[in-house]
Amino acid sequence: MNVEEIRRQFPILRRTVHGKPLIYLDSGATSQKPQAVIDAICRYYSEYNANVHRGVYQISEEATAEYEGARKKTASFINAKEPAEIVFTRGTTEAINLVAYSWGRKNIAQGDKIILTVMEHHSNIIPWQLLAKEKKAELEYVDIDEEGKLKTDELDELIERGAKLLALTHVSNVLGTVNPVKEIVRKAHSNGITVLLDGAQSVPHMLVDIQDIGCDFLTASGHKMLAPTGSGFLYARKELLEEMPPFLGGGDMIREVHLRDAKWNDVPWKFEAGTMHIEGAIGLGVAVDFLQNLGMSNVRAHEEKITGYALEKLSEVKGVRIYGPPDVDSRGGVVAFTMDSAHPHDIASILDGEGIAIRAGHHCAMPLMERLNVPATARASFYLYNKEEEVDLLAGGLEKVRQVFA
Amino acid sequence: MTYDIYREIILDHYKNPRNFGELENPDIKAKDSNPLCGDVIEIQMKVDAKGIVKDVRFNGQGCAISRASASMLTELVQGKTLDEVRAIGKKDVLDNLGNPDLGPARIKCALLALKVLKVGVYSYIGQAMEKDADLS
Repeated sequence: MNVEEIRRQFPILRRTVHGKPLIYLDSGATSQKPQAVIDAICRYYSEYNANVHRGVYQISEEATAEYEGARKKTASFINAKEPAEIVFTRGTTEAINLVAYSWGRKNIAQGDKIILTVMEHHSNIIPWQLLAKEKKAELEYVDIDEEGKLKTDELDELIERGAKLLALTHVSNVLGTVNPVKEIVRKAHSNGITVLLDGAQSVPHMLVDIQDIGCDFLTASGHKMLAPTGSGFLYARKELLEEMPPFLGGGDMIREVHLRDAKWNDVPWKFEAGTMHIEGAIGLGVAVDFLQNLGMSNVRAHEEKITGYALEKLSEVKGVRIYGPPDVDSRGGVVAFTMDSAHPHDIASILDGEGIAIRAGHHCAMPLMERLNVPATARASFYLYNKEEEVDLLAGGLEKVRQVFA
Repeated sequence: MTYDIYREIILDHYKNPRNFGELENPDIKAKDSNPLCGDVIEIQMKVDAKGIVKDVRFNGQGCAISRASASMLTELVQGKTLDEVRAIGKKDVLDNLGNPDLGPARIKCALLALKVLKVGVYSYIGQAMEKDADLS
């Protein structure tokens, strides 16, 4: 993978911030977009802007073909059996809420157990809290060990004891931990537990083969994988989607509507009420092409290399404490850290002065912050366009932080 | 340059916060957090019969800006009447910090302590008024 060649395709990487080149290390929050994706959005609005699934005229047919084409590409990207298993959503959050509202309300009853982990993002906690309150169901949490890995013995025990659902993240957005999901899914299924996998931090960064992993639901955000904000998807096995009641009601999700009754459209359209984020889906299709051209195993190899380099460089800065697994093969391109002298917010402000964008705060994972016993952390996260020189500049920036707070 | 905000006076109040800690039986106690970063500030005050702030403390976790701002604010309210405390505004806090060039995200850090102070003072005044009017 030629990083310089890739960088040339991201126009934002040519800009400066406070007079210095932008060093973008917050792809865990949202990724930057290549020119091909930006052009695809422009092309939709300048050449064939029309609603999908409605018009019989030329440009509506073109828009429908592109929109449904993006669904096919997304399905093949994660190796789903068919495009009908992909429901477009605004992102991971909406996808999880869809499952909690539709599948959850139908399948979760009083006293049922839902297994979560302490490393979940709020978007994989709150929908289940809401559901558990409504249904008087119980939430159980799997803890992490000192390296930030799931305590698998604890998870095994909860699985053995039985539950209706296990909802867990594939890759932690704070610790970077890559969970051994294939093995976890196998165990859960052998105990009759349905599994939802939050792929927000894995689908953009590594090969995720849904048939190999075998989970029932997978959620992902387009904007973290080079596509526009407001794009994303839910994967679900077709049988599950067919049994699930609708999420939002409205246009396009129906077959027939009468005054007091209606029949639903086929899946996946049953779950896509109203005019969807058409250019978002089209942009997602182009982003998938971009990633597949590079090859996800190359993307992953690049991130492992740069993450390993970052772990080494950052641990050389005095007073830096890094969270998460030390071995790069079990962590994604996310490095959360704290410094003994400076609060994460101050670290991020000083780095901003150097043109370096990192995240500071609780990363929408307050239960994990409590578990780690820190109010917040700083986080650098990498993607296919980041290079080792940027890690050097980050380490240099942290030396400046040390000087200011010395 | 954004790190011009870390001038000497801010760093001094961050590293050596004034009136940091807790009071026994405070008359006023209020706490709030900044959901963006998880910073938490609590302010406690002792007020005498004339409504004069006799003692003040703050505690909590926060960045340099929120902690320095809280520390300076405690110095400002010491010995003031509650009416004077009520009159303290955004501008006073930012002037105190030396008007650093804070962006919209960081300005919330600077104003967290003021928000806590106001909530504390207003609920104290409200309770006092209820007592006077014997509404209970």
